[in-house]
Amino acid sequence: MKQGRFAWIVPALYILFLMTPIYWLVAMSFKTNVEITTRFTLFPEALTLDNYAKVFGDERWRSVFANSLMYVSLNTLISILVALPAAYAFSRYRFFGDKHLFFWLLTNRMAPVAVFTLPFFQLYSAFGLFDTHIAVALAHCLFNVPLAVWILEGFMSGVPREIDETAYIDGHSFPSFFVKIFMPLIASGIGVAAFFCFMFSWVEYLIADALSRNAVVPITTRLQALSQASGTDWGVLAAAGSLTLIPGAIVIWFVRNYIAKGFALGRV
Amino acid sequence: MKPVNHKAWFLVAPVLLLVAISAIIPLMTVVNYSVQYVGSTGKFAWVGDEWYREVLHSEKFWNALWRNLVFSGVILAIQIPLGVLIALNMPRKGWGVPVCLVLMALPLLIPWYVVGMIWQMFGRVDIGLMGVMLRDFGYNYEGDPMDAWFTLILMDVWHWTSLVALLAYAGLVSIPDAYYQAARIDGASKWAVFRFIQLPRLGRVLTIAILLRFMDSFMIFTEPFAVIAGGDPVFLSTELKQTVELGKKAAMSIIYFLIILAVSWVFYAVMTRNDGEPTSADKARGGGA
Repeated sequence: MKQGRFAWIVPALYILFLMTPIYWLVAMSFKTNVEITTRFTLFPEALTLDNYAKVFGDERWRSVFANSLMYVSLNTLISILVALPAAYAFSRYRFFGDKHLFFWLLTNRMAPVAVFTLPFFQLYSAFGLFDTHIAVALAHCLFNVPLAVWILEGFMSGVPREIDETAYIDGHSFPSFFVKIFMPLIASGIGVAAFFCFMFSWVEYLIADALSRNAVVPITTRLQALSQASGTDWGVLAAAGSLTLIPGAIVIWFVRNYIAKGFALGRV
Repeated sequence: MKPVNHKAWFLVAPVLLLVAISAIIPLMTVVNYSVQYVGSTGKFAWVGDEWYREVLHSEKFWNALWRNLVFSGVILAIQIPLGVLIALNMPRKGWGVPVCLVLMALPLLIPWYVVGMIWQMFGRVDIGLMGVMLRDFGYNYEGDPMDAWFTLILMDVWHWTSLVALLAYAGLVSIPDAYYQAARIDGASKWAVFRFIQLPRLGRVLTIAILLRFMDSFMIFTEPFAVIAGGDPVFLSTELKQTVELGKKAAMSIIYFLIILAVSWVFYAVMTRNDGEPTSADKARGGGA
Protein backbone atom coordinates (compact mmCIF):
# COMPACT_ATOMS: atom_id res chain seq x y z
CA MET A 1 0.00 0.00 0.00
CA LYS A 2 1.31 3.44 -0.93
CA GLN A 3 1.35 5.93 1.89
CA GLY A 4 1.52 9.68 1.49
CA ARG A 5 4.93 11.35 1.67
CA PHE A 6 4.10 12.96 4.98
CA ALA A 7 2.54 9.90 6.58
CA TRP A 8 5.39 9.71 9.09
CA ILE A 9 4.19 12.90 10.75
CA VAL A 10 1.28 11.10 12.43
CA PRO A 11 3.30 8.43 14.30
CA ALA A 12 6.04 11.00 14.95
CA LEU A 13 3.62 13.39 16.67
CA TYR A 14 2.06 10.51 18.60
CA ILE A 15 5.44 9.29 19.84
CA LEU A 16 6.31 12.86 20.84
CA PHE A 17 3.09 12.94 22.88
CA LEU A 18 4.03 9.59 24.50
CA MET A 19 7.56 10.65 25.35
CA THR A 20 6.83 14.09 26.86
CA PRO A 21 5.47 12.92 30.26
CA ILE A 22 8.16 10.24 30.40
CA TYR A 23 10.80 12.87 29.67
CA TRP A 24 9.43 14.99 32.51
CA LEU A 25 9.70 12.07 34.95
CA VAL A 26 13.26 11.25 33.91
CA ALA A 27 14.27 14.93 33.91
CA MET A 28 12.92 15.33 37.45
CA SER A 29 14.93 12.33 38.59
CA PHE A 30 18.14 14.21 37.69
CA LYS A 31 17.14 17.43 39.46
CA THR A 32 17.60 18.42 43.08
CA ASN A 33 14.46 18.89 45.15
CA VAL A 34 15.24 22.58 45.49
CA GLU A 35 15.22 22.94 41.73
CA ILE A 36 12.02 20.90 41.36
CA THR A 37 10.02 22.88 43.87
CA THR A 38 11.35 26.41 43.42
CA ARG A 39 12.32 26.80 39.78
CA PHE A 40 10.63 25.69 36.58
CA THR A 41 13.36 24.34 34.31
CA LEU A 42 12.92 22.32 31.11
CA PHE A 43 16.39 20.78 31.51
CA PRO A 44 18.07 19.91 34.81
CA GLU A 45 20.31 22.87 35.69
CA ALA A 46 22.78 20.96 37.78
CA LEU A 47 22.63 17.35 36.70
CA THR A 48 22.67 15.24 39.86
CA LEU A 49 22.77 11.51 40.46
CA ASP A 50 21.95 11.92 44.16
CA ASN A 51 18.39 10.67 43.73
CA TYR A 52 19.57 7.44 42.16
CA ALA A 53 22.27 7.08 44.78
CA LYS A 54 19.58 7.36 47.47
CA VAL A 55 17.45 4.67 45.78
CA PHE A 56 20.33 2.26 45.30
CA GLY A 57 21.77 3.00 48.72
CA ASP A 58 18.56 2.29 50.60
CA GLU A 59 17.91 -1.34 51.57
CA ARG A 60 14.15 -0.68 51.56
CA TRP A 61 14.20 0.44 47.91
CA ARG A 62 16.36 -2.49 46.86
CA SER A 63 14.08 -4.97 48.58
CA VAL A 64 10.86 -3.66 47.01
CA PHE A 65 12.37 -3.97 43.53
CA ALA A 66 13.50 -7.52 44.37
CA ASN A 67 10.05 -8.39 45.76
CA SER A 68 8.23 -7.25 42.65
CA LEU A 69 10.60 -9.04 40.29
CA MET A 70 10.36 -12.16 42.46
CA TYR A 71 6.58 -12.59 42.42
CA VAL A 72 6.40 -11.55 38.76
CA SER A 73 8.91 -14.26 37.79
CA LEU A 74 7.18 -16.86 39.93
CA ASN A 75 3.84 -16.00 38.38
CA THR A 76 5.24 -16.21 34.85
CA LEU A 77 6.76 -19.60 35.57
CA ILE A 78 3.59 -21.07 37.13
CA SER A 79 1.31 -19.63 34.45
CA ILE A 80 3.35 -21.04 31.56
CA LEU A 81 3.82 -24.46 33.19
CA VAL A 82 0.11 -25.08 33.76
CA ALA A 83 -1.01 -23.37 30.55
CA LEU A 84 1.17 -25.47 28.23
CA PRO A 85 -0.65 -28.83 28.59
CA ALA A 86 -4.06 -27.14 28.68
CA ALA A 87 -3.41 -25.15 25.53
CA TYR A 88 -2.25 -28.36 23.84
CA ALA A 89 -5.50 -30.10 24.81
CA PHE A 90 -7.60 -27.22 23.44
CA SER A 91 -5.67 -26.99 20.20
CA ARG A 92 -5.59 -30.75 19.47
CA TYR A 93 -8.68 -32.44 20.88
CA ARG A 94 -12.39 -32.06 21.32
CA PHE A 95 -13.62 -33.15 24.71
CA PHE A 96 -16.64 -32.85 26.96
CA GLY A 97 -17.31 -29.18 27.75
CA ASP A 98 -14.26 -27.82 25.94
CA LYS A 99 -15.92 -24.76 24.38
CA HIS A 100 -17.62 -23.70 27.60
CA LEU A 101 -14.41 -24.15 29.53
CA PHE A 102 -12.51 -22.06 27.01
CA PHE A 103 -14.99 -19.19 27.17
CA TRP A 104 -15.18 -19.40 30.96
CA LEU A 105 -11.41 -19.00 31.09
CA LEU A 106 -11.71 -15.76 29.13
CA THR A 107 -14.33 -14.40 31.52
CA ASN A 108 -11.68 -14.47 34.23
CA ARG A 109 -9.68 -11.98 32.22
CA MET A 110 -12.74 -9.71 32.51
CA ALA A 111 -13.12 -10.03 36.28
CA PRO A 112 -12.69 -6.65 37.97
CA VAL A 113 -9.79 -7.12 40.39
CA ALA A 114 -11.26 -4.66 42.89
CA VAL A 115 -13.90 -7.35 43.52
CA PHE A 116 -11.26 -9.91 44.45
CA THR A 117 -9.02 -8.06 46.87
CA LEU A 118 -11.00 -8.86 50.01
CA PRO A 119 -11.71 -12.56 49.31
CA PHE A 120 -8.09 -13.05 48.23
CA PHE A 121 -6.90 -11.58 51.48
CA GLN A 122 -9.10 -14.00 53.43
CA LEU A 123 -8.28 -17.02 51.26
CA TYR A 124 -4.52 -16.62 51.47
CA SER A 125 -4.65 -15.71 55.16
CA ALA A 126 -6.55 -18.95 55.81
CA PHE A 127 -3.69 -20.92 54.23
CA GLY A 128 -1.08 -18.88 56.09
CA LEU A 129 0.25 -17.52 52.82
CA PHE A 130 -0.59 -13.86 53.38
CA ASP A 131 2.42 -11.59 52.81
CA THR A 132 4.41 -14.15 50.78
CA HIS A 133 5.67 -14.00 47.20
CA ILE A 134 3.83 -17.15 46.27
CA ALA A 135 0.47 -15.67 47.34
CA VAL A 136 0.80 -12.72 44.98
CA ALA A 137 2.09 -15.00 42.23
CA LEU A 138 -0.86 -17.39 42.63
CA ALA A 139 -3.39 -14.55 42.82
CA HIS A 140 -2.12 -13.06 39.57
CA CYS A 141 -2.82 -16.43 37.93
CA LEU A 142 -6.46 -15.33 37.95
CA PHE A 143 -5.91 -13.30 34.78
CA ASN A 144 -2.54 -14.59 33.55
CA VAL A 145 -3.35 -18.31 33.23
CA PRO A 146 -6.37 -17.71 30.95
CA LEU A 147 -4.29 -15.27 28.93
CA ALA A 148 -1.42 -17.74 28.58
CA VAL A 149 -3.80 -20.54 27.54
CA TRP A 150 -5.36 -18.33 24.86
CA ILE A 151 -2.05 -17.12 23.45
CA LEU A 152 -0.42 -20.57 23.47
CA GLU A 153 -3.47 -22.18 21.90
CA GLY A 154 -3.28 -19.65 19.07
CA PHE A 155 0.36 -20.47 18.38
CA MET A 156 -0.11 -24.25 18.77
CA SER A 157 -3.00 -24.31 16.31
CA GLY A 158 -0.55 -23.00 13.72
CA VAL A 159 1.52 -26.21 13.99
CA PRO A 160 0.14 -28.97 11.71
CA ARG A 161 -1.17 -32.05 13.53
CA GLU A 162 0.78 -34.35 11.18
CA ILE A 163 3.89 -33.46 13.16
CA ASP A 164 2.38 -35.00 16.33
CA GLU A 165 1.33 -38.13 14.49
CA THR A 166 4.70 -38.62 12.82
CA ALA A 167 6.44 -38.28 16.17
CA TYR A 168 4.22 -40.95 17.77
CA ILE A 169 4.89 -43.30 14.83
CA ASP A 170 8.61 -42.69 15.34
CA GLY A 171 8.17 -44.08 18.84
CA HIS A 172 8.13 -40.89 20.91
CA SER A 173 6.11 -40.98 24.11
CA PHE A 174 3.88 -37.97 24.81
CA PRO A 175 6.28 -36.24 27.26
CA SER A 176 9.28 -36.85 25.04
CA PHE A 177 7.42 -35.57 21.96
CA PHE A 178 6.12 -32.52 23.83
CA VAL A 179 9.44 -31.42 25.28
CA LYS A 180 11.83 -32.39 22.49
CA ILE A 181 9.80 -31.72 19.36
CA PHE A 182 6.73 -29.63 20.09
CA MET A 183 8.07 -27.02 22.50
CA PRO A 184 10.91 -25.92 20.19
CA LEU A 185 8.31 -25.46 17.43
CA ILE A 186 6.23 -23.07 19.50
CA ALA A 187 9.19 -21.38 21.21
CA SER A 188 8.14 -17.93 20.00
CA GLY A 189 4.64 -18.54 21.35
CA ILE A 190 6.03 -19.46 24.76
CA GLY A 191 8.12 -16.31 24.68
CA VAL A 192 5.12 -14.14 23.86
CA ALA A 193 2.95 -15.77 26.53
CA ALA A 194 5.72 -15.31 29.10
CA PHE A 195 6.06 -11.68 28.08
CA PHE A 196 2.36 -11.03 28.66
CA CYS A 197 2.32 -12.83 32.01
CA PHE A 198 5.34 -10.77 33.04
CA MET A 199 3.70 -7.60 31.85
CA PHE A 200 0.30 -7.96 33.53
CA SER A 201 1.83 -9.13 36.80
CA TRP A 202 4.35 -6.28 36.70
CA VAL A 203 1.81 -3.50 36.09
CA GLU A 204 -0.82 -4.77 38.54
CA TYR A 205 -1.21 -2.85 41.79
CA LEU A 206 -4.43 -3.63 43.68
CA ILE A 207 -3.95 -7.35 44.37
CA ALA A 208 -0.23 -7.12 45.03
CA ASP A 209 -0.91 -4.34 47.49
CA ALA A 210 -3.75 -6.21 49.21
CA LEU A 211 -1.73 -9.40 49.71
CA SER A 212 1.38 -7.83 51.20
CA ARG A 213 2.21 -6.06 54.42
CA ASN A 214 5.80 -6.20 55.63
CA ALA A 215 7.70 -9.07 54.08
CA VAL A 216 6.73 -8.66 50.43
CA VAL A 217 6.09 -4.95 49.88
CA PRO A 218 5.83 -4.41 46.10
CA ILE A 219 7.54 -1.46 44.46
CA THR A 220 4.23 0.28 43.68
CA THR A 221 3.03 0.07 47.29
CA ARG A 222 6.13 1.90 48.46
CA LEU A 223 5.73 4.51 45.73
CA GLN A 224 2.11 4.97 46.77
CA ALA A 225 2.94 5.35 50.45
CA LEU A 226 5.62 7.94 49.71
CA SER A 227 3.84 9.91 46.98
CA GLN A 228 0.74 10.53 49.07
CA ALA A 229 2.63 11.43 52.24
CA SER A 230 3.36 15.02 53.13
CA GLY A 231 6.78 16.48 52.35
CA THR A 232 7.22 14.28 49.30
CA ASP A 233 10.79 13.71 48.13
CA TRP A 234 9.98 14.24 44.43
CA GLY A 235 13.51 13.61 43.18
CA VAL A 236 13.76 10.16 44.74
CA LEU A 237 10.21 9.23 43.66
CA ALA A 238 11.03 10.25 40.08
CA ALA A 239 14.24 8.21 40.19
CA ALA A 240 12.49 5.09 41.51
CA GLY A 241 9.66 5.62 39.01
CA SER A 242 12.13 5.91 36.14
CA LEU A 243 13.77 2.65 37.21
CA THR A 244 10.42 0.82 36.96
CA LEU A 245 10.39 1.60 33.21
CA ILE A 246 13.54 -0.43 32.56
CA PRO A 247 12.31 -4.05 32.88
CA GLY A 248 9.42 -3.28 30.52
CA ALA A 249 11.67 -1.59 27.98
CA ILE A 250 14.02 -4.59 27.98
CA VAL A 251 11.36 -7.24 27.46
CA ILE A 252 9.55 -5.25 24.75
CA TRP A 253 12.65 -5.39 22.59
CA PHE A 254 12.58 -9.20 22.53
CA VAL A 255 8.96 -9.53 21.48
CA ARG A 256 8.52 -6.38 19.37
CA ASN A 257 7.28 -8.34 16.34
CA TYR A 258 4.75 -10.38 18.31
CA ILE A 259 3.25 -7.73 20.62
CA ALA A 260 0.10 -7.31 18.55
CA LYS A 261 -0.41 -11.04 18.14
CA GLY A 262 -0.20 -11.43 21.90
CA PHE A 263 -2.69 -8.66 22.62
CA ALA A 264 -5.04 -10.24 20.13
CA LEU A 265 -4.74 -13.39 22.30
CA GLY A 266 -2.79 -15.13 19.51
CA ARG A 267 -5.47 -14.37 16.94
CA VAL A 268 -4.39 -11.82 14.34
CA MET B 1 -11.52 -31.99 12.31
CA LYS B 2 -10.01 -32.51 15.72
CA PRO B 3 -10.39 -35.99 17.23
CA VAL B 4 -12.57 -36.46 20.29
CA ASN B 5 -10.53 -37.45 23.32
CA HIS B 6 -11.99 -37.06 26.79
CA LYS B 7 -8.65 -37.88 28.38
CA ALA B 8 -7.62 -34.36 27.35
CA TRP B 9 -9.28 -33.34 30.61
CA PHE B 10 -6.15 -34.54 32.40
CA LEU B 11 -4.13 -31.94 30.52
CA VAL B 12 -6.61 -29.22 31.45
CA ALA B 13 -6.89 -30.28 35.10
CA PRO B 14 -4.00 -28.13 36.48
CA VAL B 15 -5.44 -24.98 34.91
CA LEU B 16 -8.88 -25.83 36.17
CA LEU B 17 -7.60 -26.38 39.69
CA LEU B 18 -5.61 -23.16 39.75
CA VAL B 19 -8.32 -20.96 38.26
CA ALA B 20 -10.91 -22.57 40.50
CA ILE B 21 -8.85 -21.58 43.54
CA SER B 22 -8.29 -18.04 42.31
CA ALA B 23 -11.73 -17.42 40.83
CA ILE B 24 -14.49 -19.68 42.08
CA ILE B 25 -13.67 -19.83 45.80
CA PRO B 26 -13.30 -16.03 46.13
CA LEU B 27 -16.45 -15.45 44.09
CA MET B 28 -18.37 -17.86 46.34
CA THR B 29 -17.08 -15.98 49.38
CA VAL B 30 -18.36 -12.76 47.90
CA VAL B 31 -21.77 -14.29 47.13
CA ASN B 32 -21.88 -15.58 50.70
CA TYR B 33 -21.22 -12.15 52.20
CA SER B 34 -23.67 -10.45 49.89
CA VAL B 35 -26.69 -12.20 51.45
CA GLN B 36 -25.64 -11.82 55.08
CA TYR B 37 -25.22 -9.19 57.69
CA VAL B 38 -21.92 -9.32 59.56
CA GLY B 39 -22.26 -7.91 63.06
CA SER B 40 -19.53 -6.25 65.07
CA THR B 41 -19.02 -9.47 67.02
CA GLY B 42 -18.39 -11.40 63.80
CA LYS B 43 -21.85 -13.00 63.84
CA PHE B 44 -23.58 -13.66 60.55
CA ALA B 45 -27.29 -13.19 59.90
CA TRP B 46 -29.17 -14.01 56.73
CA VAL B 47 -30.59 -10.89 55.06
CA GLY B 48 -31.53 -12.19 51.63
CA ASP B 49 -31.51 -9.59 48.86
CA GLU B 50 -31.45 -6.60 51.20
CA TRP B 51 -27.91 -5.52 50.33
CA TYR B 52 -28.69 -5.77 46.63
CA ARG B 53 -31.74 -3.53 47.09
CA GLU B 54 -29.66 -1.05 49.03
CA VAL B 55 -26.99 -0.91 46.33
CA LEU B 56 -29.54 -0.56 43.53
CA HIS B 57 -31.26 2.27 45.39
CA SER B 58 -28.01 4.01 46.23
CA GLU B 59 -27.46 7.22 44.33
CA LYS B 60 -23.68 6.93 44.76
CA PHE B 61 -23.67 3.60 42.96
CA TRP B 62 -25.65 4.91 39.98
CA ASN B 63 -23.53 8.05 39.79
CA ALA B 64 -20.35 5.98 39.74
CA LEU B 65 -21.85 3.68 37.11
CA TRP B 66 -22.75 6.64 34.87
CA ARG B 67 -19.35 8.21 35.31
CA ASN B 68 -17.74 4.92 34.35
CA LEU B 69 -19.94 4.50 31.26
CA VAL B 70 -19.24 8.06 30.13
CA PHE B 71 -15.52 7.53 30.71
CA SER B 72 -15.48 4.26 28.71
CA GLY B 73 -17.54 5.86 25.93
CA VAL B 74 -15.27 8.88 25.63
CA ILE B 75 -12.01 6.96 25.64
CA LEU B 76 -13.35 4.43 23.07
CA ALA B 77 -14.51 7.31 20.84
CA ILE B 78 -11.01 8.79 20.97
CA GLN B 79 -8.75 5.75 21.09
CA ILE B 80 -10.27 3.59 18.35
CA PRO B 81 -10.20 6.18 15.50
CA LEU B 82 -6.89 7.60 16.70
CA GLY B 83 -5.33 4.14 16.92
CA VAL B 84 -6.49 3.25 13.39
CA LEU B 85 -5.20 6.60 12.06
CA ILE B 86 -1.78 5.99 13.60
CA ALA B 87 -1.65 2.41 12.30
CA LEU B 88 -2.53 3.56 8.75
CA ASN B 89 0.41 5.96 8.79
CA MET B 90 3.00 3.74 10.47
CA PRO B 91 5.97 2.71 8.32
CA ARG B 92 5.74 -0.77 6.79
CA LYS B 93 9.44 -1.49 6.37
CA GLY B 94 12.87 -0.21 7.32
CA TRP B 95 14.28 1.02 10.61
CA GLY B 96 11.11 2.92 11.44
CA VAL B 97 9.15 -0.26 12.17
CA PRO B 98 10.98 -1.51 15.28
CA VAL B 99 11.41 2.06 16.55
CA CYS B 100 7.66 2.71 16.30
CA LEU B 101 6.72 -0.65 17.82
CA VAL B 102 9.04 -0.40 20.81
CA LEU B 103 8.40 3.27 21.64
CA MET B 104 4.65 2.88 21.27
CA ALA B 105 4.53 -0.21 23.43
CA LEU B 106 6.50 1.44 26.23
CA PRO B 107 3.51 3.01 28.09
CA LEU B 108 1.81 -0.41 28.15
CA LEU B 109 4.67 -1.85 30.25
CA ILE B 110 4.71 0.84 32.93
CA PRO B 111 3.20 -0.23 36.28
CA TRP B 112 -0.26 1.31 36.47
CA TYR B 113 0.52 3.14 39.66
CA VAL B 114 3.60 4.69 38.04
CA VAL B 115 1.45 5.78 35.07
CA GLY B 116 -0.70 7.72 37.53
CA MET B 117 2.40 9.08 39.25
CA ILE B 118 3.87 10.26 35.94
CA TRP B 119 0.67 12.15 35.17
CA GLN B 120 0.50 13.58 38.65
CA MET B 121 4.03 14.95 38.28
CA PHE B 122 3.22 16.11 34.73
CA GLY B 123 -0.08 17.78 35.57
CA ARG B 124 0.57 19.42 38.95
CA VAL B 125 0.32 23.17 38.67
CA ASP B 126 3.34 23.70 40.93
CA ILE B 127 5.91 21.32 39.48
CA GLY B 128 4.41 19.68 36.35
CA LEU B 129 5.26 20.57 32.76
CA MET B 130 1.64 20.45 31.59
CA GLY B 131 0.29 22.01 34.78
CA VAL B 132 2.63 24.98 34.59
CA MET B 133 1.88 25.47 30.87
CA LEU B 134 -1.87 25.39 31.40
CA ARG B 135 -2.26 27.08 34.77
CA ASP B 136 -2.57 30.52 33.15
CA PHE B 137 -5.73 29.21 31.51
CA GLY B 138 -7.14 28.31 34.92
CA TYR B 139 -6.20 24.64 34.73
CA ASN B 140 -5.91 22.84 38.06
CA TYR B 141 -6.89 19.19 38.22
CA GLU B 142 -6.88 19.16 42.01
CA GLY B 143 -9.44 21.94 42.28
CA ASP B 144 -11.66 21.59 39.24
CA PRO B 145 -13.52 18.30 38.50
CA MET B 146 -13.66 19.08 34.77
CA ASP B 147 -9.89 19.49 34.71
CA ALA B 148 -9.57 16.19 36.58
CA TRP B 149 -11.75 14.52 33.93
CA PHE B 150 -9.63 16.08 31.19
CA THR B 151 -6.42 14.85 32.85
CA LEU B 152 -7.72 11.31 33.38
CA ILE B 153 -8.96 11.00 29.79
CA LEU B 154 -5.71 12.38 28.39
CA MET B 155 -3.82 9.95 30.65
CA ASP B 156 -5.84 6.97 29.43
CA VAL B 157 -5.36 8.01 25.79
CA TRP B 158 -1.65 8.24 26.50
CA HIS B 159 -1.59 4.89 28.28
CA TRP B 160 -3.69 2.72 25.95
CA THR B 161 -4.03 4.14 22.41
CA SER B 162 -0.90 2.18 21.48
CA LEU B 163 -2.77 -1.06 22.12
CA VAL B 164 -5.37 -0.14 19.47
CA ALA B 165 -2.66 1.10 17.10
CA LEU B 166 -0.56 -2.08 17.45
CA LEU B 167 -3.58 -4.35 16.91
CA ALA B 168 -4.76 -2.34 13.89
CA TYR B 169 -1.22 -2.34 12.50
CA ALA B 170 -1.02 -6.12 12.78
CA GLY B 171 -4.35 -6.35 10.97
CA LEU B 172 -3.22 -4.01 8.20
CA VAL B 173 0.07 -5.74 7.42
CA SER B 174 -1.80 -9.04 7.08
CA ILE B 175 -3.75 -7.71 4.05
CA PRO B 176 -2.30 -9.28 0.88
CA ASP B 177 -0.84 -6.89 -1.71
CA ALA B 178 -3.16 -8.28 -4.40
CA TYR B 179 -6.09 -6.44 -2.78
CA TYR B 180 -4.36 -3.09 -3.25
CA GLN B 181 -3.34 -3.93 -6.81
CA ALA B 182 -6.95 -4.72 -7.69
CA ALA B 183 -8.03 -1.45 -6.09
CA ARG B 184 -5.47 0.48 -8.13
CA ILE B 185 -6.69 -1.10 -11.37
CA ASP B 186 -10.24 -0.09 -10.44
CA GLY B 187 -9.00 3.44 -9.74
CA ALA B 188 -10.32 3.33 -6.18
CA SER B 189 -9.87 6.46 -4.07
CA LYS B 190 -7.96 6.43 -0.80
CA TRP B 191 -11.22 6.56 1.11
CA ALA B 192 -12.66 3.66 -0.93
CA VAL B 193 -9.57 1.57 -0.19
CA PHE B 194 -10.00 2.27 3.51
CA ARG B 195 -13.75 1.75 3.57
CA PHE B 196 -13.98 -1.39 1.44
CA ILE B 197 -10.62 -3.13 1.87
CA GLN B 198 -8.89 -2.07 5.08
CA LEU B 199 -11.81 -1.52 7.45
CA PRO B 200 -13.49 -4.89 6.79
CA ARG B 201 -10.18 -6.67 7.28
CA LEU B 202 -9.70 -4.84 10.56
CA GLY B 203 -13.04 -6.03 11.95
CA ARG B 204 -11.51 -8.86 13.91
CA VAL B 205 -8.68 -6.98 15.60
CA LEU B 206 -10.91 -3.98 16.29
CA THR B 207 -13.41 -6.28 17.98
CA ILE B 208 -10.69 -7.43 20.33
CA ALA B 209 -9.44 -3.85 20.81
CA ILE B 210 -12.91 -2.53 21.71
CA LEU B 211 -13.56 -5.46 24.06
CA LEU B 212 -10.25 -5.06 25.90
CA ARG B 213 -10.51 -1.29 26.11
CA PHE B 214 -14.08 -1.43 27.36
CA MET B 215 -13.33 -4.04 30.02
CA ASP B 216 -10.20 -2.35 31.32
CA SER B 217 -11.56 1.20 31.30
CA PHE B 218 -14.70 0.02 33.07
CA MET B 219 -12.56 -1.52 35.83
CA ILE B 220 -10.14 1.40 36.09
CA PHE B 221 -8.88 2.10 39.60
CA THR B 222 -5.14 2.39 40.04
CA GLU B 223 -4.30 5.24 37.65
CA PRO B 224 -6.98 7.69 38.87
CA PHE B 225 -6.19 6.64 42.44
CA ALA B 226 -2.58 7.67 41.91
CA VAL B 227 -3.53 11.01 40.38
CA ILE B 228 -6.47 12.17 42.48
CA ALA B 229 -6.22 9.80 45.50
CA GLY B 230 -9.86 8.70 45.50
CA GLY B 231 -11.24 12.20 44.93
CA ASP B 232 -13.72 13.29 42.27
CA PRO B 233 -14.51 11.70 39.77
CA VAL B 234 -15.32 8.53 41.70
CA PHE B 235 -15.48 5.47 39.45
CA LEU B 236 -17.08 2.11 40.24
CA SER B 237 -13.91 0.46 41.54
CA THR B 238 -13.22 3.46 43.76
CA GLU B 239 -16.78 3.39 45.09
CA LEU B 240 -16.34 -0.32 45.76
CA LYS B 241 -13.08 0.21 47.64
CA GLN B 242 -14.59 3.04 49.68
CA THR B 243 -17.64 1.03 50.76
CA VAL B 244 -17.15 -0.16 54.32
CA GLU B 245 -20.02 -2.56 55.07
CA LEU B 246 -18.98 -6.06 54.04
CA GLY B 247 -22.41 -7.13 52.77
CA LYS B 248 -22.95 -4.01 50.70
CA LYS B 249 -19.44 -4.28 49.28
CA ALA B 250 -20.07 -7.89 48.28
CA ALA B 251 -23.45 -7.17 46.71
CA MET B 252 -21.91 -4.29 44.77
CA SER B 253 -19.11 -6.61 43.61
CA ILE B 254 -21.58 -9.11 42.23
CA ILE B 255 -23.64 -6.45 40.43
CA TYR B 256 -20.44 -4.92 39.03
CA PHE B 257 -19.17 -8.27 37.79
CA LEU B 258 -22.50 -9.12 36.16
CA ILE B 259 -22.62 -5.77 34.32
CA ILE B 260 -19.14 -6.36 32.89
CA LEU B 261 -19.99 -9.90 31.84
CA ALA B 262 -23.26 -8.82 30.21
CA VAL B 263 -21.85 -5.85 28.32
CA SER B 264 -18.80 -7.79 27.14
CA TRP B 265 -21.01 -10.63 25.97
CA VAL B 266 -23.25 -8.28 24.00
CA PHE B 267 -20.23 -6.61 22.38
CA TYR B 268 -18.76 -10.00 21.53
CA ALA B 269 -21.99 -11.43 20.12
CA VAL B 270 -22.90 -8.37 18.04
CA MET B 271 -19.46 -7.87 16.59
CA THR B 272 -18.71 -11.48 15.76
CA ARG B 273 -22.03 -11.67 13.91
CA ASN B 274 -21.09 -8.65 11.79
CA ASP B 275 -17.75 -10.27 11.11
CA GLY B 276 -19.25 -12.15 8.17
CA GLU B 277 -17.50 -15.35 7.32
CA PRO B 278 -16.13 -17.01 10.44
CA THR B 279 -12.57 -18.24 10.27
CA SER B 280 -11.63 -21.77 11.21
CA ALA B 281 -10.61 -20.53 14.64
CA ASP B 282 -14.11 -19.10 15.11
CA LYS B 283 -15.72 -22.36 14.17
CA ALA B 284 -13.53 -24.25 16.58
CA ARG B 285 -14.83 -22.30 19.55
CA GLY B 286 -17.98 -20.73 18.13
CA GLY B 287 -20.35 -22.52 20.51
CA GLY B 288 -18.71 -21.10 23.60
CA ALA B 289 -19.70 -17.57 22.65
